[in-house]
Amino acid sequence: MTQSPTGLTAEVRRVLRFVISELWPKGPLLTPFNLISVPVILLGIGILAVRFVYGLGSVTNLSQKYPWGIWIGFDVVTGVAFAGGAYVLTFVVYVMGLEKYHPIVRATVLNGLLAYVFYAGALVLDLGRPWNVINPIIGNSFGYNSVLFLVSWHFMLYMLTEMLEFSPAVAEWLGLKRLRNILNSLTLGAVIFGVTLSMLHQSGLGALFLMAKPKIHPLWYTEFIPILFLVSSVYSGLSMVILEGTISHRVFSNQLDAAKHHQFDAMLLGLGKGAAITMFVYYFFKLLVFLHERHWNLLGSGWGVWYLVEVLGCVLVPCVLFISAVRTRSTGLLRVAAVWALFGILLNRLNISVIAFNWQSPVHYYPSWQEIVVTLTVVFTEIWVFRWIVVRMPVLREAHELPRGGSSVARATV
Amino acid sequence: MDRRSFLKLGATTGVALAAKGAQANETGSPEEFVGVLVDTTRCIGCRSCERACSVANNLPVPDIENDGALAQVRDTSDKQWTVVNRFNTSKGEVFVKKQCLHCWQPACGAACLTNAMYKTRSGPVIWRPGKCMGCRFCMVSCPFDVPKFEYNEWNPKIQKCSMCWERLERGQRPACVNACPTDALMFGSKRQLMEVARVRIYNHPERYVHKIYGEYEVGGTGWLYLSAVPFEEIGFRTDLGTTPYPEYTRDFLYGVPLALFGLPALLLGLSLLARNDDNLLEGPES
Repeated sequence: MTQSPTGLTAEVRRVLRFVISELWPKGPLLTPFNLISVPVILLGIGILAVRFVYGLGSVTNLSQKYPWGIWIGFDVVTGVAFAGGAYVLTFVVYVMGLEKYHPIVRATVLNGLLAYVFYAGALVLDLGRPWNVINPIIGNSFGYNSVLFLVSWHFMLYMLTEMLEFSPAVAEWLGLKRLRNILNSLTLGAVIFGVTLSMLHQSGLGALFLMAKPKIHPLWYTEFIPILFLVSSVYSGLSMVILEGTISHRVFSNQLDAAKHHQFDAMLLGLGKGAAITMFVYYFFKLLVFLHERHWNLLGSGWGVWYLVEVLGCVLVPCVLFISAVRTRSTGLLRVAAVWALFGILLNRLNISVIAFNWQSPVHYYPSWQEIVVTLTVVFTEIWVFRWIVVRMPVLREAHELPRGGSSVARATV
Repeated sequence: MDRRSFLKLGATTGVALAAKGAQANETGSPEEFVGVLVDTTRCIGCRSCERACSVANNLPVPDIENDGALAQVRDTSDKQWTVVNRFNTSKGEVFVKKQCLHCWQPACGAACLTNAMYKTRSGPVIWRPGKCMGCRFCMVSCPFDVPKFEYNEWNPKIQKCSMCWERLERGQRPACVNACPTDALMFGSKRQLMEVARVRIYNHPERYVHKIYGEYEVGGTGWLYLSAVPFEEIGFRTDLGTTPYPEYTRDFLYGVPLALFGLPALLLGLSLLARNDDNLLEGPES
């Protein structure tokens, strides 16, 4: 509050000029990714225009039997599980104080934030009457007894806490030191709130399917779906951090020095250890549920084989891969395990929300090409925004221009 | 006054009296929930109820003179709130009316995050357009797949039977009940309907299976069914259980406030525990 009004105005003007100058592209425009993603995004926008004029039926294969397709099953349910890395890593670093994972916190939080904005945001594309989306928020119709009420509130609050967690990077980008310090001091509170919200809505996404009891195949339906979703979101998030970190370290290698590259591999192996343990716990839970429900007789059917593909092929196998990758210190194998584990998550979430949903129905849902294009549009747009931010803000690189080592809090967020 | 209209009058006044009595039922509601008893042994498949429903609710009116529609088992749709289906059973042809069952504890109502799906105090489960955001969670949750969505509208509605809620408010009966020429449909409070249903089974034990569909299913429904053949034969799911569907999410929802306050405390404690506070350890010596 020592700044004079004129100084403040000048500061605001400087920041605005800076932001406008930063809007322009900074890299080459004709890259393979751009050449593929731009036409897809434009097509996706066109499809969405048709969808909002002629209704969901004009572009999707949704039906009265299948009210939810991949816009929910993949974009929201799977996307949020993939974004679990942010809450796991912030817990490990800020709550448990494991500082060695600090260098990847920012990128992970940014990824989590964007995943929520885009994938949870994709929920709005799926709403028949999206202009009423404010109803459960402004309080004229609170459906307290709805799991979806809880999930939507938690999505919204969690996005806010993730913004708060990421905000110091924005402040550094804009060169606002004092604001950066204030935002930094809020980090622990935001993390604790964020971890709580995440645990509740990761399990809440599973609880959405509890009332669909007669529709989901008995091999997948259990009253423990929320716990299974929560536990699997931990290794799902860690696997995504491994995969995403690998990609960004290749693509944005100019942002990093040699020491960081070396340090990064060690970190990945540590994350792999965490993933292996949680995967084993998850597998054990799955086994307990299976034994508890006594579903031996169902294993003989096609559904039984499909179930074994998911549980043995896409949980137990990648779990073993993770363990051997950590023991042999092989980051290559670790990446294979991470991709495999993510595929297992995808399979599990789609099985519950789409594939084994209405399994007795003679007519089955499969996504239309428009649904797939829109899903790709969401993913590509997210990557565009991620790239825009990483190139400009201190996410992977360190913020050299700021004084370091002053307070412990400042050190904790770099 | 013939016997039929006398019975109908009796049922209506009975409801009115019961409502005035303001008896508390199991759910603690001051009114008794109303419903309809469908006696499938009386239904002749004339589909008058289909037409009356569409006329009363401004939906496209089906051509009921043409019996072609009965050739296959139909579902209700976003353009038709009720349908009559024909089943060939062990006791011959049976006609069954299908519509929303108006559960006592509806899954759709528990699913709805805006209270658009709403269990009224008198029993009908209605849909309120101003609140609905079109998420279709009600459709995912309904064990009977009743709510239907207008997929080809820019401003889609959820379409389902409202038990003619507006007509009930005006003291009238549901349009389908009014239209039924054979008394296959009877309107009243669930208590009355259960009594009537039991009496019919008692008087004609050979005519009915000794079960009233909707008495216990999913915790009890507003609409009740009598049948001559096992309910599986006439298109009913009998594997839905007797637990009200909202119960399946209740434990989870009860855990939420606990977690919302307990977890932050736990996390804060953990973070303090994990903090390397050198000053504290070195304090006494230095």
